[in-house]
Amino acid sequence: MKIGVLALQGAFIEHINMLNKLNAETVEIRQKSDFTKDLDGIVLPGGESTAMKKLLLDLDLYEPIKQALEAGMPAFGTCAGLILMAKEFEDSTWKHFELLDIKIKRHGFGRQVGSFRVEEDFADIGKIPMVFIRGPYITEVRQGVDVLAKIGDKIVAVRQNNLLGVAFHPELTDNTGVHSYFLNMVKNCCEN
Amino acid sequence: MLEQYELNKNLAQMLKGGVIMDVSTQEQAKVAEAAGACAVMALERIPADIRVAGGVSRMSDPKMIKKIQETVSIPVMAKARVGHFVEAQILQAIEIDYIDESEVLSPADDVYHIDKTQFKVPFVCGAKDLGEALRRIQEGAAMIRTKGEPGTGNIVQAVRHMRKIQSDIRALTSKSKDELYDAAKQLAVPYHLVQYVAENGKLPVVNFAAGGIATPADAALMMQLGAEGVFVGSGIFKSGNPEKRASAIVQAVTNFKDAKLIAAISEDLGEAMVGINEDEIELLMSERGK
Repeated sequence: MKIGVLALQGAFIEHINMLNKLNAETVEIRQKSDFTKDLDGIVLPGGESTAMKKLLLDLDLYEPIKQALEAGMPAFGTCAGLILMAKEFEDSTWKHFELLDIKIKRHGFGRQVGSFRVEEDFADIGKIPMVFIRGPYITEVRQGVDVLAKIGDKIVAVRQNNLLGVAFHPELTDNTGVHSYFLNMVKNCCEN
Repeated sequence: MLEQYELNKNLAQMLKGGVIMDVSTQEQAKVAEAAGACAVMALERIPADIRVAGGVSRMSDPKMIKKIQETVSIPVMAKARVGHFVEAQILQAIEIDYIDESEVLSPADDVYHIDKTQFKVPFVCGAKDLGEALRRIQEGAAMIRTKGEPGTGNIVQAVRHMRKIQSDIRALTSKSKDELYDAAKQLAVPYHLVQYVAENGKLPVVNFAAGGIATPADAALMMQLGAEGVFVGSGIFKSGNPEKRASAIVQAVTNFKDAKLIAAISEDLGEAMVGINEDEIELLMSERGK
């Protein structure tokens, strides 16, 4: 299994280490030529979504990745990665990949003084540590979107077909649960 | 507090591979964000202007900082004077995302740095060598940057500091345990930090380059020397075409090993900031706060 990790900006090395721990092969995607046909899935890491969007456009990566995700390539977005996939936002009309049928409140938990860590249930995995860094949350989900985790009444993890999005940072903990969940998605997708 | 420190180190991890730009107006903040900055540093006067103005340089007006916070969605940093913990308390009160305890401002204390473990907000501090870096980390810094020589547009000091930090780190990785005890003594830092660096071959926090970065090539040079991201202070808004230069530096940091790409984005950037050579500098900011 070969997973591309978007390596334009942010915490991508942490994802690579996590996937390597689970014996998945990884490739850093820094420009168009890195986004090859043989990738089985892609990780969109945490970082700054505005910086990543700008680089996706400048480096001509935006369209190829959007098309691949539309064609069913499994994708796993954390925090800024989730924002890149979302269709709607509470506080702006920004357009990114527009693939996940959800509405997001960016920095829903506030500025850095509002960052926190909790243990909560994640579907099929059980309790896992969740680290929120200036994190968003999901305010609405449309039909076809499964909610995988919540903190109180706030949705923090969803899946819609080939897209897995979480508002927190599993790559900053030593729990590999969510990454295993994603690799299973990739495996099932490859077999189909 | 320990958990908050971990979260603060985590925020620095999100900034990696990015460019943090100095801005003094809302318009500049917008330009920086649109160019792909991963954070902005809000300050009334950028380092090059602080040099020209002379006199005592202090924390910026909180109102000015708040305006920048309202303008952008990326993290906003601001500077407090070395040792001035009340300026830091003020910055924390307005919920700044990161405080730079910075030698660019006039030091408020010539002996003690701020006890950063008393704050919820993360701190970034400058360092010229591994000893300085680890002393700041022991005091609670969640991120380190090279001091460089701010506001000069001259990369030589940042290169010197990054090379020194990296070479100090490499020296530790080859030492035996008894030698490490002595290294801790020589570096004037606690043993547990020396042990971490020896075992991991890196600082326990994210390490950025700062001071004198003026071109995409400068930024890529610092990345190839081991920086995990860069600060650009005066280099952008003291240049002929800030938008284009800012966006080129952002791309150079992401693809810092691709000389062809850096060549292409280095074309037609307009006038770079006018630099100051080392022997022409009247005030060495990097000598502040050890």
